[in-house]
Order: sequence, then C-alpha cells, then structure tokens
Amino acid sequence: MFYREAGQFKTTYESDGQIFPIRQDRIALGGLLLLALAIVPVFASPYMLSAILIPFLIFSLAALGLNILTGYCGQLSLGTAAFMAVGAFASFNFIARLPGIPMLLAFVLGGLCAAMVGIAFGLPSLRIRGFYLAASTLATQFFVVWCLTKIPYLTNYSSSGVITAQKIVIFGYQFDTPASKYVLVLAIVALMALLAKNMIRSNVGRSWMAVRDMDVAAEVIGFRPMRTKLLAFAVSSFYCGVAGALYAYAYLGTVEPEAYNLDLSFRILFMIIIGGVGSVLGSFLGAAFIVLLPVFLNILAHSLSLPTSVASNLELMVFGALIIFFLIVEPHGLARLWQVGKEKLRLWPFPH
Amino acid sequence: MNFFFEVLIGGLLSGVMYALVAIGFVLIYKASGVFNFAQGAMVFFAALTCVGIIDKFGVSIWLAIPLTIVVMIALGLAIERIVLRPLVNQPEITLFMATIGLAFFIEGLAQLLWGSQVHKLDLPIDDVPIPFLLDNYNIIVSQFDVTAAGICAVLVTALALLFSKTKVGRALRAVADDHQAALAVGIPLQQIWAVVWAVAGLVALVAGLLWGARNGVQFALTFIALKALPVLILGGFTSVPGAIVGGLIIGASEKLAEVYIGPMVGGGIEGWFPYVLALLFLLVRPEGLFGEKIIRRI
Repeated sequence: MFYREAGQFKTTYESDGQIFPIRQDRIALGGLLLLALAIVPVFASPYMLSAILIPFLIFSLAALGLNILTGYCGQLSLGTAAFMAVGAFASFNFIARLPGIPMLLAFVLGGLCAAMVGIAFGLPSLRIRGFYLAASTLATQFFVVWCLTKIPYLTNYSSSGVITAQKIVIFGYQFDTPASKYVLVLAIVALMALLAKNMIRSNVGRSWMAVRDMDVAAEVIGFRPMRTKLLAFAVSSFYCGVAGALYAYAYLGTVEPEAYNLDLSFRILFMIIIGGVGSVLGSFLGAAFIVLLPVFLNILAHSLSLPTSVASNLELMVFGALIIFFLIVEPHGLARLWQVGKEKLRLWPFPH
Repeated sequence: MNFFFEVLIGGLLSGVMYALVAIGFVLIYKASGVFNFAQGAMVFFAALTCVGIIDKFGVSIWLAIPLTIVVMIALGLAIERIVLRPLVNQPEITLFMATIGLAFFIEGLAQLLWGSQVHKLDLPIDDVPIPFLLDNYNIIVSQFDVTAAGICAVLVTALALLFSKTKVGRALRAVADDHQAALAVGIPLQQIWAVVWAVAGLVALVAGLLWGARNGVQFALTFIALKALPVLILGGFTSVPGAIVGGLIIGASEKLAEVYIGPMVGGGIEGWFPYVLALLFLLVRPEGLFGEKIIRRI
C-alpha cells in the first residue's frame, strides 16, 4: 500500500540500473538528507549535535570502511582503530608542516597514508586467511599505536604526546560551532557513502564479493586475488583514515594515540555485526545503535539509580549478549530487518 | 652473560604461562573448530571467582578452588547450550565473532559479581629466587616461576594423555576431524563439546590462579588472551605441542627483544614484537610450526 511500485516502468538502462530503482526510496532518502542538512542543524541542541550526531556520522564512516573489508571482501580485521589513528595523525602532520594546505586535501592525504599502511599490513592476507589474519591485524593495532606514542616526530614533538587538532578552516570559513562541524561531517560522509555504494555495484565490488565467497574459485575465473584483496585493504583503510581524521578534528579536538585503542576497533566491528555485514545501510544502522545504546543505558541506569560501576559492567554484558543474539537470530543484522520490513510493506495489507 | 641467561630463563618461564593460556585456545579449536576469543575473559572470570569466594565467604583456598571448578564447568556447559548449539553449521568467522561477544559478556559478569577492584591472591608458593642457583651460578630464577612451569608441565602431560589414551580423547579427535562423520558413528557431539569447554574452563582456572598470584587479579588478566594469540599463530592452532613451543619462543624472544632492542627504539616493544615475529613467520609457513596443512579445492 505505502510501498507499491506498480506503474513505475523502467524504459532505459540508466533507470533500471540506478541505486534506488523505486520512487518511494528516492523520495524518502532525499527527504532524509534534506532534513539532516537543513532542519537538524537549526533545531538540534549543541549537545545533540556534538555528542550524538557527529560521532554517529563518523562511526558510520569507519564502519563503512570496515564493512568494505570484512563484509564485502571477507577479510576479518581487528585493526580498524589503527587505520583511523594513521589518518588522524597524518592529517595533523600535513596541516602542521605544510602551512596553507587546504583542509580537505589534508584529510584526503591522511586517508591515503592510512591506505598505504593498510596495504602494507594487508600483504599477509595473500598467504593467510581467517583467524590467522584476524590475529595479524592485531599487530597493526599495537604497532601503530606504539609508533605514535614513541616517535615524537609524529606528534610534532608535543610534550605530552597529545595532539590538538587545528581549527577547521575551508575556503576561509571557520567551522567552529557544532552545527557547522555537523554539516561538514554530514557532507563528507554522504559523499563517501555514495562513492562506496557505487564502488560496490561496479566490477570492483563484484570482485571483492567473489574473493569473499571463495577466493580459490575467484582466482580460477580470472579475478586477481592479490590486487582485489589489496585494493579492499586500501579502500577500507582510506575510509577509516578519513573517519579517524574527522574523529580527531570534528569530534574530540584533542587526541592522544591511546584514543585509537583496541576497544574502538571492537566497537566498530560490533557496529557492522549488529548493523549488517556486507551492507552500506547496515553500517549506518549499526553505528546509530552502538552510539545510542550507551546513552540509553545510562539514562536507564540513572532512572534506576544504579551505581556507575554496575552500569558500565551492565553495558559490557548488554553489548556481548546483543552480539551473540544478533549472530544467532539475525546474522545479517538490522539492515536485513529493514529489508524484511520493506517486503512486508510492499504486500500490505495482503500477506501473500 | 649471566644477565643474558637470567633474561632468557625469565622469558622461557613466562612463555610457559603464555603456553598455558594458549592451550585453552587449542583445546577448544581442536574439538569444535571454534576460535575462542573469550579464553582470556574465562581466565579472568576463573581467577576472580576464586578470589571472590575466598574474600566473601572467608573459606580457605583449598575449598575455593573446587568451588571455582564447579562454577567453571557450569559456565562451560552454559556456553555450549546457549551460544554454540544455535550456531552449529555457521561459518567459523561467525563463531569467532560470537566469542568476542561472549568475552565482553563474561568480563561484565565477572566484575558485576565480584567488583572491579584489584584483588590479591596468595598461593602457598613464595616468589623468591631459588637459593641453589643464586649461590652457585649467581642467576636469579624465581621459585614461583619454576613451580608454575612444573604445574603447567603436569597439566599438559595430563591433557596429552587424555587426548591420546582415553575414549573421550579419541572421540574428541574424531569430532575435530569431521563433525558429521563423528555423529554418524554415534559420538555424542554436544557432550563432547561440553566436556571440552569444561576442560578449557579448568585450564583457564589454572592460568588465572598462576597469573593472578603474580600480578594481582584484575581486569588486565583479560589481555593475556592477546599475549596468547601470537603463540597460537606461531605454533599452529591445532597443536598442543605447538602451543608450548610457540609459548617458549614468544616468551624468550619477547623478553630478549625488550632488553636488547627495546632501549634503541624507546622501549615498550613487548606489546607488538610477538605479533610481528609471528606475522613474519606466517609469511614463511602460513599454517604455523605444527599446524595442519590444509589443501583447498573448489
């Protein structure tokens, strides 16, 4: 009833191959973007913007990066936070050492640095797979954070090892209010999500999925596993790197290398498990879920007046239980639930 | 030279402790194909439960240990029933991610039950240098470390016998080889899994007690799992001897690297050195020292 595509005929290849072939989807997404871009920054409180919406968008981007690697190319990674750290610290260094460099270019260069690190640490994936690879991505995690702590050059010789992100200035406009930062992050994330969606629909994405489903078979039918895997590592790390830079510049402001610890990697992994492995939408849903859950639990704990230690342990338990629950009940995550919901709406009110 | 041997022996002895944790991983992986990331959390849970029972009920350690064993067996059975049984036939990666969730849950549960402060655990073994070695060779080797290594050796021998000589061990190897074939010849898969998880719980308890006595029972115990990973990579996921040899190599090389290379690059390389070592090794032998070579066909 609400979701009927009767009468929407595809008469050209272009219209048949578009991202959202159904008109309702296009209208809904356009409306959502308009709402997020025009209405939200005006009406949302600074707390809402800087503590919930900005981290949500940044984590979505990081989750998208991990999803490209893990969900689409099948290479499990526990080093996401390390790539974010590379992106953040590289951007910081570019801006600090090359005065007058455009901010956005610095973010892109930071992402490229992360991509190079990603390729370097992705090399073992050519020989090893599965758990061995998961364990070796942990090497990235520990090594990168160690480097950032121990090499003073990377933090620009800051005495405490902590960097303070420079002010975001793009084309002479200073992004210093929560609302303006939010708009900037939203624009970057929306653009990169669109890029990712298109990449996944193209032959690049198909080669990733072929390697994920069975790499030996993919090789036999002519995909080059080495190039495919390394490309996935590079693209994924690029996304994570940009997310890391935004995390430092638009969200935290002042960052220490330890902010990008293993815990962050796990949280991003949880986002894609709960949101949906191998789904762009899932990255956003998962990020929203993981950002909002602690807030919700805090409110709950506060209203029940539980002590904070109990609340934080409960948070751990709820996280763990949810992961197991989702893996058992809905391995494709929230994105799959959304899809099922759409199917239902299409047939409503007749179930068959 | 004395100093070198001291570092080496210290490294080897701590390697034994890594091996002990790694064996917990190997046991479960061998019998169910599950890479149990929650092993570190189980070590933490076991140690904390033991200390918690001593503190709360004022019993002696000799009563607390059997009680903890009961708790760990119950935990193993519950994990098998609640988490693993619904996930039969899922890809290995899914099971792995489920155990990450499990690790978070167990960590939260342990601290919720027993509090999150650091507990002291006193085992009736003194952490003093062995007088014989100190007097004759001037090498400091802790008595505690040697006793711990001895306990590990006994445990490993017992496990090896269990695997090779008993009916349960035979069933276990059959299950590891092929779930379906094992089921077809009448091996009760779920019972075997329950046994394995219970045994892994026991190993976790031993590891938790030994580590806890050394560094205090605290949240940092969960990071031991991260120490055990390179050991596993090096030794191969399916091999108990591999875990021991890997543990010794990692323990020794990590301490030596920290002492001899560390000062050149600013120290603290213990955190990543084992991983990089294991990673380099993997490039040469992707299945580890004693791992099974898997041939893939389409």
